[in-house]
Amino acid sequence: MQPSRDQLMWMYRTMILIRRYEERMAEVYFEGKTPRFDIGWGPVPGEMHLAAGQEPVAVGVMSHLGDHDTVTGPHRPHHLAIAKGVNLKAMTAEIFGKKTGLGQGKGGHMHLFDVAKKFSCSGLVGAGFPPALGAALAAKMQGKNWVAVAFAGEGAANQGSFHESLNLAALWKLPVILVIEDNSYGISVPKAASTAVPTNADRAAAYGIPGAFVPNNDPVAVFEAAGIAVERARQGQGPSLLEIKTDRYFGHFQGDPELYRPKGEVDTLKGHDPIARLRTKLMEGGVLSEDSDAALRKAVEAELEEAYAFARNSPYPEPTEALKHVFV
Amino acid sequence: MSERKITMSKAIAEAIDLEMARDPKVFVMGEDVGIYGGIFSSTTGLFAKYGGDRVKDTPISETAFIGAATGAAAEGMRPIVELMFVDFFGVCMDQIYNHLAKNTYMSGGSVKLPVVLMTAYGGGYNDAAQHSQSLYSLFAHVPGLKVVVPSNAYDAKGLMHTAIRDDNPVMYFFHKGLMGLGWMSSPATASTPVPEGDYTVPLGQAKVVREGQDLTIVTLGWMVHRSLEAAAELEKAGISAEIIDLRTLVPLDRETVIKSAQKTGRVLVVDEDYQSFGLSGEIAATVAEAGALKSFRRVAVPDVPIPYSRPLEQYVLPNPQTIAQAAQGMLEMVG
Ligand SMILES: Cc1ncc(C[n+]2csc(CCOP(=O)(O)OP(=O)(O)O)c2C)c(N)n1
Ligand SMILES: [Mg+2]
Repeated sequence: MQPSRDQLMWMYRTMILIRRYEERMAEVYFEGKTPRFDIGWGPVPGEMHLAAGQEPVAVGVMSHLGDHDTVTGPHRPHHLAIAKGVNLKAMTAEIFGKKTGLGQGKGGHMHLFDVAKKFSCSGLVGAGFPPALGAALAAKMQGKNWVAVAFAGEGAANQGSFHESLNLAALWKLPVILVIEDNSYGISVPKAASTAVPTNADRAAAYGIPGAFVPNNDPVAVFEAAGIAVERARQGQGPSLLEIKTDRYFGHFQGDPELYRPKGEVDTLKGHDPIARLRTKLMEGGVLSEDSDAALRKAVEAELEEAYAFARNSPYPEPTEALKHVFV
Repeated sequence: MSERKITMSKAIAEAIDLEMARDPKVFVMGEDVGIYGGIFSSTTGLFAKYGGDRVKDTPISETAFIGAATGAAAEGMRPIVELMFVDFFGVCMDQIYNHLAKNTYMSGGSVKLPVVLMTAYGGGYNDAAQHSQSLYSLFAHVPGLKVVVPSNAYDAKGLMHTAIRDDNPVMYFFHKGLMGLGWMSSPATASTPVPEGDYTVPLGQAKVVREGQDLTIVTLGWMVHRSLEAAAELEKAGISAEIIDLRTLVPLDRETVIKSAQKTGRVLVVDEDYQSFGLSGEIAATVAEAGALKSFRRVAVPDVPIPYSRPLEQYVLPNPQTIAQAAQGMLEMVG
């Protein structure tokens, strides 16, 4: 299954939106944290896990999903949320801890909930697999052809919840896809030091379901592999496991000294930037011109400006609102 | 005695280092404890010194490696296991509360489990509901786990030595905001002079960190420092607060609490954990059972998850003002 012209352009634009969102978040995150970096200071405090470099995973899979389909994400969620169509203003306001945020400031960057877009995420590694199974079960029980997709890092594939979920999903033939984002590290620990097999896709065989490994951090390749898995799920043929090789450009979190990373590694990775590669491809295919690219990037900046300005200008919740929402 | 002042994280790493040097059965495992040196610097330098065989990075497979600690300890090893945040223990709780905590008892005392489970707790830097909890009372509730919560570098080192040498499972909680990390604010009083050699601080011995006459503040961890700030304010208002740093929850030094309660007649518990069904209730019961409960209050997290947004989080965490207000309220009460 090849992406259409529109799908290619959507992937390209969304990747740029994600990349620029993350780059901008990195800047905002360091505001108020000088001259000394303190994690609790500035307009965006707390931990911050950015996904620049991992855009292909988000757009390649999300191309096949609609609002009815459920997505669960991990602690590094922005790229997935953006590609799923989560309201950018409300998401950014949440990350700023504002009243107008998705969770009225209660959740923060690792805990984004958009009910309309069926998106949620968690700060606990491996926590997103079981709820995705549940969403798939709900779709199946209600006779809908909706699917659910759980995204998580390669580190999460060593969590018991991953293996239990694969078995249960296979056993019940659930319309769910487990997507592993292999960015080579779980914080400081390289994949080879955490995972007994070279690719997690191989683990699918143990549960009798299809598993595919997508190398090269390429959105079109992700699109193709995800297309097959989503189609299978919609047809009632059960779950699939995808592992996608991708790259993390920033540290694990902002402020990570990255002492575990070989010097120059990130520069090498950036030499293989999926956005630049898709740009070349689109130019060569005559789908994109210098002018249309510039216009697209300008529109992206405007969209970002609107979201960040909305977040900044929104009010904080009243302190006593902390007591609300324990129950509905 | 050395006048060398060090951070709590350095004190913890130093105690582990000394124990590893003296006993080859002591080893460390956990996520990012190797080259990274622990996300909160509790194992800094150990990997370089002892190598990957004794300072082991683990996959994110907590049930496996924490359960493995129980098995290794039963075979005579002395594992120190770190799990970054106490909030994460849910994923491996069965290995802890049904096995690590109970095997000694169920075996009629024949199985020894010298495991130290070390973890970071607490909030104050906007890390939200899954990375800011205290939860020590949850573990103290389950028989079979000793629970240690140091408030400063000196105690942290001495308690770590004791924890490692103990033949029972010990949960060792450190507050992130006390570790002196450089990237997270710490009260100046958390770093203290610490001897270079080994020494022990016994489990089950609270410390009166401030003497006073009018009320007793019972607290631990980060809240010791916030209570000290509150006490300084109260002093200006002519109120003399005694502060007890519990240092360990299991065993709990009930005697020191009761004695102080008898002296002051007023007990205020300051707790960063959720208010209901936890430490504050336990202290009230302890004092009541001893017939020493005249006046009691608590300042704790008001039974909500820790919210992300700064004004919300500041509202739910006890602070020097809310502590002082509660204390003042007690003294204004008749009797
Ligand atoms: C259950 C649990 N254990 C440990 C952690 C701490 N932790 C947060 S992110 C992370 C690494 C995750 O690696 P991976 O799954 O590869 O995702 P990535 O960060 O690379 O996107 C760890 C160990 C956690 N949040 N939850
Ligand atoms: Mg990873």
